[in-house]
Amino acid sequence: MTRVLIVGAGPAGIRAAETLVEAGLHPIIVDEGARAGGQIYRRPPENFRRSSKVLYGSEAGKADALHDCFERMLSQGSLSYHPNASILGLGAGQAQFLRAGKVDSLAYDKVILATGATDRMAPVPGWQNAGVYSLGATQIALKAQGVALGRRMVLAGSGPLLTLVAAQLIKAGANVEAVLDTAPLQKQAAGFVGMAMARPVVAIRGLLLRAQLGRRYHAGVRLDQIEASDTGPTAVHWRDAAGRARISACDMVGMGWHLKAETQLADLVGVPFDWDDTSAQWLQRTDAFGRGADGVYLAGDGMRILGSDGAELAGKLAATACLTDMGLAAPEAKVVLKNISRMQRFAKAVHRSFPWPAQMVRDLPDDTVLCRCENISAGALRATIDQSGPEMNRAKSLGRVGMGRCQGRYCQLAGAEVIAAQIGGQPSQVGRLRGQPPVRPVPIEAYVDPNP
Amino acid sequence: MTGQLVRLAETERGSIPFYLDGHLFEGLEGDTVLTAILMARRFLRRAEFGPENRGGFCLMGACQDCWIWQETGPRLRACSTALVAGMRLLSDVPDDWPAA
Repeated sequence: MTRVLIVGAGPAGIRAAETLVEAGLHPIIVDEGARAGGQIYRRPPENFRRSSKVLYGSEAGKADALHDCFERMLSQGSLSYHPNASILGLGAGQAQFLRAGKVDSLAYDKVILATGATDRMAPVPGWQNAGVYSLGATQIALKAQGVALGRRMVLAGSGPLLTLVAAQLIKAGANVEAVLDTAPLQKQAAGFVGMAMARPVVAIRGLLLRAQLGRRYHAGVRLDQIEASDTGPTAVHWRDAAGRARISACDMVGMGWHLKAETQLADLVGVPFDWDDTSAQWLQRTDAFGRGADGVYLAGDGMRILGSDGAELAGKLAATACLTDMGLAAPEAKVVLKNISRMQRFAKAVHRSFPWPAQMVRDLPDDTVLCRCENISAGALRATIDQSGPEMNRAKSLGRVGMGRCQGRYCQLAGAEVIAAQIGGQPSQVGRLRGQPPVRPVPIEAYVDPNP
Repeated sequence: MTGQLVRLAETERGSIPFYLDGHLFEGLEGDTVLTAILMARRFLRRAEFGPENRGGFCLMGACQDCWIWQETGPRLRACSTALVAGMRLLSDVPDDWPAA
């Protein structure tokens, strides 16, 4: 039987698996999570008691359906499932992965990459301090651990997650001091029309969530600095839409600017990339079904940031393409293709509403930490360009921005913006950081027996 | 000692003892190592490349900010490791580590 490997058990991976199982295949699914569901439908440990209505709000029905779908396939033995396992590298029909502290490998014929996304991050002076988190982290902490990441929280950035996380925290009883959105109101209003036309219910739901934030919410802000003492953040210094200096006291900052696709594995198996102006990041070149290379299929936010509904559709499409290429009967895709193009129109409007804060990044003071892994400053990167030239990979080799253990996930876009500013150009002109295996850090004892 | 985190829900769980820098603390069943430590304290570890402390950042295994030491040797990623009774965790490199 053809061995189909699915990387990731979020909405895209689970729906891809379902489509393959319905066609009589037995996919292998490898996931970093302890329980299938992905990030947005992440499940808490088994001994937690909150209902899915409390955990997922208006999306509880979808979350339940997805989790049930997975558990059904698992209990019927329809798939092989490796949780708590990180794929480290892919190629030549072999996937190397880390599980329980040991490196192992498995063979595959075709692979569906449903790797999801991380927060798209813009550095702010002081963001390296303990007590500063991504918005995704802030939501994961609430959902999967039942905790708020601070007593006085300031959330900053832009994108759907900013409003959603703030509203969820307030509802759960957390103390949210301020919600600072770098997107100006007029941009949001212009984008809202497109969002409302593509997905009216979702757009209005977003407005209602926003209304729950009340006077905490500020649009069109500019973030100047996260002030911190020895014990963590004490205040966020920012400017309001009129340019007035403001200070919000806090002991925690959660920040993020929408999402960035997790693309390293696709890079390793030769999928080509293009700069995507809409989402201001490098994305894989695929056809409408997610075909990225021979026997390689992509789905979900790891391919294109469409959110969880779009990810479920993309998972079905990727599996459909995989079945078609194997010469097997595949489900009719016409309706799914039509629905996903609606998701794409919506996503485009979202990106227009909540843009990447390019100018704020270009203006970062020299002493701002750009790379959190190794505390490389914006000034150090600017100085490196004199020797490396304006190219990301060479700047990484000489200046170490992107060399740390997150492998550039959180600094790559800001680094590209800083380099682009130096040459008076755009991030698309300064190259893309190449993915390097292993795509996660691996302890040396995972490869060798410590007691031979 | 006051921690960084606040428990908003799921407080009816059994407790699990663990050690942090030699001191005894208690977490709850189902806590990650990150949650358990940050309930007791405001950071996980010292930064290697700067003067500040670190407390994790992405909580989804992507940023690698939350790797901490154990007295027994191997480091662990605190956001994706479940707390186990009797763990002996450290916020700084062990004294006998040559590159400290």
